[in-house]
Amino acid sequence: MPRAFVTDHSEVSRTFKARAIFAGVFILLLLSALLARLAWLQIVEYAYFADLSTENRVRLMALPPNRGLIFDRNGVVLAENRPTFHLELIPEQVEDLDATIFGLSEIVMIREEDIEQFYTSLRTHRPFENISLRTRLTDEEVALLAVNRHRFPGVDIVARLSRHYPQGISTVHTIGYVGRISEKDLTRIDASNYRGTSHIGKTGLERYYEEELHGTVGQQEVEVNAEGRVLRVIDKVPPVPGKNLVLNIDMELQLLAEEMLGEFSGAVIVLDAKTGGVLAFVSKPGYDPNLFVHGISVKDYKALREGDEKPLFNRALYGQYPPGSTLKPFISLGGLESSSIGLYETIKCWGHYLLPGDKTRRKYRDWKKEGHGTVDFYDAISQSCDVYYYELAHRMGIDRIHDFLDKFGFGRKTGIDLLGERSGLLPSRDWKKRVHSKVWYPGETLIAGIGQGYMLATPLQLAVATSALANKGKMVQPRLLREMRDADGTVYDLLPQKTSQIKLKVPQRWGHVDKGMRDVLRGEWGTARATGWGLKVEMAGKTGTAQVFGIAQDEEYDAETIARKLRDHALFIAFAPIKDPELAIAIIAENGEHGSAMAPIAREIAHRYLLEEAPEEKEDAK
Amino acid sequence: MPSKYQFDAAYEGRFVRILQMVRIDPVLLLGLLLLVLAGLGILYSAGDQSEVLMQKQVVRLSIAFLVMLVVAQIPPNQLYLWTPWVFAVGLVLLLMVLFAGEVGKGAQRWLKIGVRFQPSEMMKLATPLMLAWYLSERPFPPGFRSLLTSAVLVIVPTVMIAMQPDLGTSLLVAAAGFFVVFFAGIRWRVLIGTGLAMLAFIPVLWRLMHDYQRQRVLTLLDPESDPLGAGYHIIQSKIAIGSGGIYGKGWLNGTQSQLDFLPERSTDFIFAVFAEEFGMMGAAVLLALYAFIIVRGLYIAAQAKDNFSRLLAGSLSMTFFVYLFVNVGMVSGILPVVGVPLPLISYGGTSLVTLMAGFGMLMSINSDRRLLSK
Repeated sequence: MPRAFVTDHSEVSRTFKARAIFAGVFILLLLSALLARLAWLQIVEYAYFADLSTENRVRLMALPPNRGLIFDRNGVVLAENRPTFHLELIPEQVEDLDATIFGLSEIVMIREEDIEQFYTSLRTHRPFENISLRTRLTDEEVALLAVNRHRFPGVDIVARLSRHYPQGISTVHTIGYVGRISEKDLTRIDASNYRGTSHIGKTGLERYYEEELHGTVGQQEVEVNAEGRVLRVIDKVPPVPGKNLVLNIDMELQLLAEEMLGEFSGAVIVLDAKTGGVLAFVSKPGYDPNLFVHGISVKDYKALREGDEKPLFNRALYGQYPPGSTLKPFISLGGLESSSIGLYETIKCWGHYLLPGDKTRRKYRDWKKEGHGTVDFYDAISQSCDVYYYELAHRMGIDRIHDFLDKFGFGRKTGIDLLGERSGLLPSRDWKKRVHSKVWYPGETLIAGIGQGYMLATPLQLAVATSALANKGKMVQPRLLREMRDADGTVYDLLPQKTSQIKLKVPQRWGHVDKGMRDVLRGEWGTARATGWGLKVEMAGKTGTAQVFGIAQDEEYDAETIARKLRDHALFIAFAPIKDPELAIAIIAENGEHGSAMAPIAREIAHRYLLEEAPEEKEDAK
Repeated sequence: MPSKYQFDAAYEGRFVRILQMVRIDPVLLLGLLLLVLAGLGILYSAGDQSEVLMQKQVVRLSIAFLVMLVVAQIPPNQLYLWTPWVFAVGLVLLLMVLFAGEVGKGAQRWLKIGVRFQPSEMMKLATPLMLAWYLSERPFPPGFRSLLTSAVLVIVPTVMIAMQPDLGTSLLVAAAGFFVVFFAGIRWRVLIGTGLAMLAFIPVLWRLMHDYQRQRVLTLLDPESDPLGAGYHIIQSKIAIGSGGIYGKGWLNGTQSQLDFLPERSTDFIFAVFAEEFGMMGAAVLLALYAFIIVRGLYIAAQAKDNFSRLLAGSLSMTFFVYLFVNVGMVSGILPVVGVPLPLISYGGTSLVTLMAGFGMLMSINSDRRLLSK
């Protein structure tokens, strides 16, 4: 049945009004809910969201400090930060990447790997960030790019500082080098201070004074947008650059010593006898530290590591050699001090020595087959008579030899400001029992008396001991660092050097040794008298020869037939001037055969340093 | 000689009369103008102070106000006559979109017939018109058959728009239809019963949703789960609003908006820019302005002379509110991100024209009532 079509208009209108009011109330309720939500976000949680908003826009950027420079005592630069130029692209500014890279490759060398590397980093960088295409451009390439730059929008030549060693191979064993920070490095440094820094001291002084050279990282707060683009700097704490090091090294002396060592592998140490400052620290051969700064290739490294000459080996610091006859002045002094021998007592040398009571009648040979004849205290030093020292050593006994040499620092580290120093070896009865579980044989004492056998010393130790002889017993810890200062000239205090004084019962005995060592160069039969002829300063010296291998008792020693590598090491120690010594020198030339051949090196060093004179060779050339 | 005050009053009086002659309600116009001005101000900040952007928006607003003025001239009974045709054309266009529409942002919403436009926008007006047309001549309160027909009239365009897919618009179309039914006097028990039935329908709806729509819902429940992807909008938007605090960071000083952290900040997320720069205070004033316009709309509806006008005016006002609520709710993180712009403020043209056409109808209804009462 169809429903009647009756509509009460007033009822419809009333209902509508009621619903409109209901809707109005409903709207106000929901709007209140929105307001409550806003109040929750903007009042209750305000601090939380304000923090998040700040975190969004503020970023901390590290400002790495510039590494301190290293100079020699005269201001010659030994380690510097040199701008190297890199080719970089800003992707968002480059219209066609492929075309641009192709165009660039026609101007500078760009390898396939470079391009691959570029596209790899393209994926992980933001479009406004620089991406490297080629590193370390040559000067020529920089010039070519500069001329063609207008053709390539979005291409940048960026200069970055990288470590450079202008003296390269000559200073590598002192300065060392920096390299990329490795996992291992991270364990010994405060990583937060290395934010933004890629390199760290790996060896040498670069490593020893890492903290001072590195400086303190700075930082800036920057405002970034959502893309990470830096819009402005809010706050900035500038970095504190590393301190500059001024070394005791005199580069002129260093180069002279290196040059004079010639083809030999070996070491030359020159100390300032008064201060312990290291004037020259040569270890040959060296290698180019600049190779290591940007990462050495596997091939190059293998060549260095496995090379015959072992260039990576720091001979001055790690090399341990029998001191040979250079030990004799110390033994002589010990003999006087222990009253084992008198100053005017003479000993007959027939070219060999028989140990009293030795049933085997083993012959301990002198280097001079026919013997030195009658030898006194001074002759023993100047002529390096082995027989004299066999007798003296026999009288002193190994323990007194050990105790006396110990005062000169043999068998102990010198404490130079480099890492990894070796301590050499000063044998004694106790030592042999402890290490080899064997008794000490009397014959071994004789060998020790001429600086052979178990006895080992580093070139550095020899130099320090020589400086003690020169200084009448004053021992000073050797040091490469002379001064530490800021870029603005503020000078910093260094740790005091350790010093000690060797006391003799009769101080005049220092002079007796000096005279013997003077005669090495000046004496009629002095082992280095040939060098003495051209000597213009009063210098004390002592030659030495260290056997590389033992020669059987009656075997003839023929240098010509022995392979070069098996020839004896040549040593020479010296100090000058005798009256008021300024220099102490120790020289070791591996397979150099005769210590006397090294004496000219000491002479030229002394001349150059004390007389400020050009070396003989150069005069001859004129 | 008249004082300045008297002169102003006289001037204002004349101005209001002129407006009424062109069927414009001065009160509603004032509310709309204030809102639009506030919108331009915040758009200048959100759009990186781009003059081009501002010019475009001013042109669009001018066109929209012009549309409002034109629509206001159409008397409700004329609208009543056109309604079935408008609705039918709208449905045909929707069909065409589904088969021949242009694709943008993963959805097929645009149709190009001379000009590019979205037929779904048209349905925001056509649907309430159609329902008002239908229900105004039905017995009161609407019976079962009327309700069923109404439901079909709402659901067909809603589903077609949802298939594009355009969840935001289909929601608004459904809301517009629902409010006509509500004002037509649907019985409370029927209303509540249907509501409960729809709640039970939610799991089915879940199945029917696109993955990205589900994702939006999931992201809403736990935005932190995908901070760089789907949740990024909501997180950054909440940071913007929250860090605005009570008084805001100041105009042009919102770091979230000015430094690009806030995505879509000149369109759907413009409310977050407003809340960041003007704070809780500014946001409250803005919401009050909206409330003023909506309440005025409901008042006009209550005063309307016939059933059709009443239902249409009521529905248009409430739809405007739904617009606002969904947008602010989504920007502040209590509703899913469904892509509804902040009405009259978000940058963009289509919804602006539709909205102002709606306000034109309200003005027309208001003017009709006024003419009658004279």
